[in-house]
Amino acid sequence: MRPFTFERATSPAQAAQAAASLQGARFIAGGTNLLDLMKLQIETPTHLIDVNPLKLDRIEPTKEGGLRIGALVRNTDLAADKRVRRDYAVLSRALLSGASGQLRNKATTAGNLLQRTRCPYFYDTTKPCNKRSPGAGCAAIKGFSRNLAIMGVSDACIATHPSDMAVAMRLLDASVDVVRPDGSERSLPIADFHRLPGDTPHVETALAPGELIVSVTLPKPLGGTHVYRKVRDRASYAFAVVSVAAVFGKDGDGHFAFGGIAPKPWRVAFADDAAKQGAKAVADAALAGAITTHENAFKQDLIGRTLAAVYDQREARR
Amino acid sequence: MAATGIGGVTRRRMLGAGAAVLAAPAVPTLAQAGSGAQSGAAGGTTMPVTLKVNGKARQLNLDPRTTLLDALREHLHLTGSKKGCDHGQCGACTIIVDGRRINACLTLAVMHEGDEIVTIEGLGTADKLHPMQRAFVTHDGYQCGYCTPGQICSAVAMLDEIEAGIPSYVTSDLNDVSYSDHEVRERMSGNICRCAAYSNIVAAIRDVAKADAA
Repeated sequence: MRPFTFERATSPAQAAQAAASLQGARFIAGGTNLLDLMKLQIETPTHLIDVNPLKLDRIEPTKEGGLRIGALVRNTDLAADKRVRRDYAVLSRALLSGASGQLRNKATTAGNLLQRTRCPYFYDTTKPCNKRSPGAGCAAIKGFSRNLAIMGVSDACIATHPSDMAVAMRLLDASVDVVRPDGSERSLPIADFHRLPGDTPHVETALAPGELIVSVTLPKPLGGTHVYRKVRDRASYAFAVVSVAAVFGKDGDGHFAFGGIAPKPWRVAFADDAAKQGAKAVADAALAGAITTHENAFKQDLIGRTLAAVYDQREARR
Repeated sequence: MAATGIGGVTRRRMLGAGAAVLAAPAVPTLAQAGSGAQSGAAGGTTMPVTLKVNGKARQLNLDPRTTLLDALREHLHLTGSKKGCDHGQCGACTIIVDGRRINACLTLAVMHEGDEIVTIEGLGTADKLHPMQRAFVTHDGYQCGYCTPGQICSAVAMLDEIEAGIPSYVTSDLNDVSYSDHEVRERMSGNICRCAAYSNIVAAIRDVAKADAA
């Protein structure tokens, strides 16, 4: 790890101000991703702002009938919250499919959204990576790309966003609440939170310098049957090859979001429109415009088959 | 008969030489960690932190880069918690902080001011084993033993998670959480055993869970 200075935050606005005023400053919450990357010197912050003292760890009902989830709510606590289990089961399921028991006890709601890709070339500092070193090139496109993205990619980057939680949050139309360095607040839809790589894959979110996530807000529950299905290379503790989050309504309508195939949690309105026509139609709509490599083209079929299994799971629960 | 390796070198000698080779690169790393820090919060190279480890308050002055695992092992000489991968993938460093199991390698010691930390040394002693330690011995829940302290700390806190009704990936009804071997296998997936003592680890945990339920 490179040397850094360390401070404990005293308020969200103070933390945002401190982060904005010092180049190379980063927030640290659970730390499970940031410290991993700091040990590899992929992340080299010169100053860390520990936001854990801010106690943003409550889950509260909103006036609109939804839930406001504090940025520091741990993945374990969010998955186990009685209201989340009852009204947002797809979120519980997605969280429980991610990482290990130890990591879920530490990882936070905001940190999960901000985690970096697991593209092997992002992790391998001997290979070019536009995300790690802008302009260096991408070793992944012609390399070992089996686990990488087929949607929303560019010539500069085909990395996936690795989160399961974010896929469920995207399905549920969550919004991300931030405090700015001047102390004012703003909220942005999760659809706009993660950016596609384009020619600037190192810019991963819509956050401005210093902006601190303080909560993630869920709208009122959708009801219906919730399913999260994850396909991975081992039975537990592995990132998704592909994943599907779905909520089915009583009248046959459905909402879908996808993980493991794009640089952000992937959602396409046309896919929801195709719900009544079944898994194949949903897959075709969701994957329109896919750009694949010879190694990851199988993900198209796998999404179709995973959707078919998701439809079966819905039948089993009716 | 002495076990003889290639060219008449005994296995023990080979292991000794291997250890020396492994130890050599660690020296400059430790030297860098001691001298390279720019400053702590107050502009010095270290920061004060008080950890409550196995019931005792321990005051330390640490380079902010020091992980909780390194603070325990290198500064407090509690070497029961093991460093396996140092990236949160193997679980050998699992300890219990404020009642919850975490990877000690993926957190900074200075982020744990005042926290209650339980390591394998705090669970039991050679004379008075924790029930989970005794069950691992009874069921031969290890071979080389390197992952065992992490397995045991993880298992103790994992049973508390089931008791608290926290669901897992394999829980079919999110609101009905109960013990099963299937649950244990899923919930212990953050602890790798490269000797593959898994079936005996599950048997040990099952014994303790049954005794707790009785």
